[in-house]
Amino acid sequence: MLQSKLRSLTPKNDVISFLILAAILLVALPLLFDIFRLNLIGKYLTFAFVALGLVLSWGLGGILSLGQGIFFGIGGYAMAMFLKLEASSPENTKIQSTPGIPDFMDWNQLTELPWFWEPFHSLGFTIFAIFALPALFAYIIGAAMFKRRVGGVYFAIITQAIAAIMTILVIGQQGYTGGVNGITDLRTLLGWDIRTDSAKYILYFVNSILLLATLVVAQYIRKSKLGRLLVAMRDSEDRVRFSGYDVANFKIFIFCVAGVFSALGGAMFTLQVGFMSPSLIGIVPSIEMVIFAAVGGNLSIFGAVYGALIVNWAKTILSESYPELWLFAMGGLFIAVVLAFPKGLAGIYESYVQPLLNKKFKSTQDK
Amino acid sequence: MYQQKDFVLTIEGLTVSFDGFKAVNDVSLYIEEQEIRVIVGPNGAGKTTVLDLICGRTKATEGSIKFKGKELTKLKEHEIVHAGVGRKFQNPSIYEDLTVFENLELSFPRGKKVWGALTFSRDQEVIDKVNEIASMIFLEDKLDSQAALLSHGQKQWLEIGMLLIQDPELLMLDEPVAGMSVSERKQTAELLQKITKDRSILVIEHDMHFVEEIADKVTVLHQGQVLSEGSMEKVQNDPKVIEVYLGH
Ligand SMILES: Nc1ncnc2c1ncn2[C@@H]1O[C@H](COP(=O)(O)OP(=O)(O)O)[C@@H](O)[C@H]1O
Ligand SMILES: [Mg+2]
Repeated sequence: MLQSKLRSLTPKNDVISFLILAAILLVALPLLFDIFRLNLIGKYLTFAFVALGLVLSWGLGGILSLGQGIFFGIGGYAMAMFLKLEASSPENTKIQSTPGIPDFMDWNQLTELPWFWEPFHSLGFTIFAIFALPALFAYIIGAAMFKRRVGGVYFAIITQAIAAIMTILVIGQQGYTGGVNGITDLRTLLGWDIRTDSAKYILYFVNSILLLATLVVAQYIRKSKLGRLLVAMRDSEDRVRFSGYDVANFKIFIFCVAGVFSALGGAMFTLQVGFMSPSLIGIVPSIEMVIFAAVGGNLSIFGAVYGALIVNWAKTILSESYPELWLFAMGGLFIAVVLAFPKGLAGIYESYVQPLLNKKFKSTQDK
Repeated sequence: MYQQKDFVLTIEGLTVSFDGFKAVNDVSLYIEEQEIRVIVGPNGAGKTTVLDLICGRTKATEGSIKFKGKELTKLKEHEIVHAGVGRKFQNPSIYEDLTVFENLELSFPRGKKVWGALTFSRDQEVIDKVNEIASMIFLEDKLDSQAALLSHGQKQWLEIGMLLIQDPELLMLDEPVAGMSVSERKQTAELLQKITKDRSILVIEHDMHFVEEIADKVTVLHQGQVLSEGSMEKVQNDPKVIEVYLGH
């Protein structure tokens, strides 16, 4: 029975897709690119965590959040606070008027570490916070909205508003958050210098493996009865409710999962890129994250990863040469995906590539 | 006390007002165990609203709904389902993107909480139950097809099947044979006769032949109020009913 459960969890196509992706992330890309490029790819992949969360909440459950930057930010800032405290040891900061606190606090005339920074001295707490804080915050938003049956466009707009408020708060409270510059100049993790090439290699692999693990979790959820319930809720919410389910709880749950995935991405972003700032959590980045999922195909967990990679890669190329064009290109891309390829890259793959592969596979088997 | 023992469902003085408009006005209904009750009445009479009130989709302005002695007006929708009330909607509402099997499985009374749904496993008990229900609702060959591909009548059956698998003590069906062919109607009537063994059924229906075939008792609703009640014959010969149906 365990075997049959395992089989239903892992249809052949999904196993193949998973192995291909693992080979690309763990073998092909590291062989093809130097560490500068690989680090950039690692950065792109941190957005795949967010896109993956969106596939579950939006694609599967029909809950479109335009504020996933909030959770990316929670994870990213939690990690950044830990690293910043480590970088702000009294020896490193002895020229400050108050040594031992982060430099931006000193510049803002703070003379004491704020209480909510204290627990981030501990890596254990920080990791706990990267899971617990987004889950808690998503729970509060979700409970407030879904218990009142707020959904659809209203939910999307409210999440967007929350993202905007968060950004304003972070920017405004410079002394506590580093303001518009964010938290920068991060150096070591428990004494291990994360700025070196070798550290970047290791972090790239940690990130990729974590992403693959997250994919497995997403696949489990998708293939569980809960996954089918989410699809059912999208088809007919009332039918689900009158089959004895408390619909709001399921929405809250999947929104929390999406939040935690995003926070993991945020934390890995901070580690690999070396800073965290409000420019990654506001309205525009939150919408970009939805586009990654849409381009990849909002029903495909693998599509989410490719979508994040490809769109970010295009963004880098385009904004290197025509920075002012990027926003237009992004808007155009979104319209194109919605109008012409509603299932994104995954849809194109499913309707054109997979039939070809299956045919090939069949004919070689027949021989 | 006497009433609550004899009746599965006791509705008294039920009223709901939408911005002053009383869609259901001081309705009382008493439904016995294993009874098939049919509610008839012109469009807009408030039939669907009565079902909405029983299953908690609409909150009553006044009155009480007691199911096996339990007051339903204070419960949430899913709690009413767990109390043993199942409801079919007027338009077939099923999960188009899922297979027939999956549609039925989601109604199986286990794993109704988040954790339960995450760890739910499709064991032999579930498979057997789904197969049993599928053959009752004439869909045993369709278990693996996507529900969207079913005919209109088959979708109606599927939704009835989803209710049966919950095994409710009170089954409420809103126009279950609408859009069905003559032979499908006949099959549905047989199905309803078959499933009434351990439960009471409350049906809304327009088709008088169908009503005649299945009803133990008929309640005529008109402008939110009970106009007449009794056997099919009695109701059909009630001058008030004839007036409403033929008078305009
Ligand atoms: N949620 C609602 N808000 C306002 N009016 C409603 C609502 N639900 C039903 N009504 C009105 O109540 C009346 C009865 O409707 P309904 O119960 O659907 O009738 P029936 O099922 O007998 O055809 C109709 O006039 C309808 O417009
Ligand atoms: Mg109706």
